[in-house]
Amino acid sequence: MLNYIWFALMAIALVVAVINGTADAVTKGAIDSAKTAVEISLGLIGIMTLWLGIMRVAEASGLITLLGRALRPISRLLFPDVPPEHPAIGAMVLNVAANMLGLGNAATPLGIKAMEELQTLNDGDKETATNAMVTFMALNTAGIQFVPATMIAVLASLGSKNPTAIIPTTIIATTCGAIAAVTTSKLLQRFFSSGGQAPAPVGTGEAPILHGSDE
Amino acid sequence: MIREIIGGVARWAIPVLLVGIPLVGMIRKVKVYDVFIEGAKEGFNVAVRIIPFLVGILVAIGMFRGSGAMDLLVDTLRPLTSGTAFPAELIPFPILRTLSGSGSLAFATDIAKRYGPDSLIARMAATMYGGSETTFYVLAVYFGAIGVKRTRHAIPSALVGDVVAAIVAVAVCAWLF
Repeated sequence: MLNYIWFALMAIALVVAVINGTADAVTKGAIDSAKTAVEISLGLIGIMTLWLGIMRVAEASGLITLLGRALRPISRLLFPDVPPEHPAIGAMVLNVAANMLGLGNAATPLGIKAMEELQTLNDGDKETATNAMVTFMALNTAGIQFVPATMIAVLASLGSKNPTAIIPTTIIATTCGAIAAVTTSKLLQRFFSSGGQAPAPVGTGEAPILHGSDE
Repeated sequence: MIREIIGGVARWAIPVLLVGIPLVGMIRKVKVYDVFIEGAKEGFNVAVRIIPFLVGILVAIGMFRGSGAMDLLVDTLRPLTSGTAFPAELIPFPILRTLSGSGSLAFATDIAKRYGPDSLIARMAATMYGGSETTFYVLAVYFGAIGVKRTRHAIPSALVGDVVAAIVAVAVCAWLF
């Protein structure tokens, strides 16, 4: 999938550049983006090191297991393949919590930690995503957050009288998006072959339950 | 009120976690500093491991935008919503949102500037921005970090979520404001 999208984006760019005569802009777009990508990655080193260290302390202290146990009903519904006390659950919970609070800096390392933990449960091909990974990604790409701080700041800077009016609407939109994404991940998982592992023991019961609140 | 509470939690979450987690460790007789260093060692490698994935995705998107293909896509899609409550100006926004964080922020800011920050369409754009994430960036970072190349149904699932979030954002704003 990514192979096609990746190639299509660049191929279309070239075709449009020929028509529009925007070769320079395409070149600039490529070079600047490569630089930005490295800056983003390297910019993560400090915060990543800090949170991976703290996460290890939380793990050794038994906090991650505790968190997983407390949220067992939800985790069993969303991630039936992940044992409730596995460190992956704790890391995923912390990632989603950090996202909700708008703590993007903390959310990324925690999410990566969660993905690493999910990878340890991947008993198939390590280059192929598991069902749990895709569902977790659905939660992340939905961008669940309670306070859209950036957007509030933008509206306020433009002289809005009530910049926080978008808080309830954002929460509703992001929640619906997350439910739709997670439900879709559950519905689609049987149609995409998972790299060699046994078919996931996903009950058919949970997708319809989520589906009810889809809209 | 709710905003103050959430704001307070957000402000104190990091310092409290940074002290609270090792505190529990100390109580449980964990050698907190040694364990911290052990976990922290992975930080550099993880960050560096993401680089090729992120360069790949961001370069393709940068070329797409630079060529003017993004604008072309926007113009092509514009007539699709005539007759619905979905403002034509906002049609390209969900697509832009999944591809580019800075691009979509600039787009929403521009809408707010042109129509006024308290206009219905500005609130719709703001809600769409806040209600979603830069999907392809997120997927590149997380799957890149663990070396997963076959993402299976991750992209379709994420895009369904993005479309639903966008439609709900417009509908809720139209209803509420």
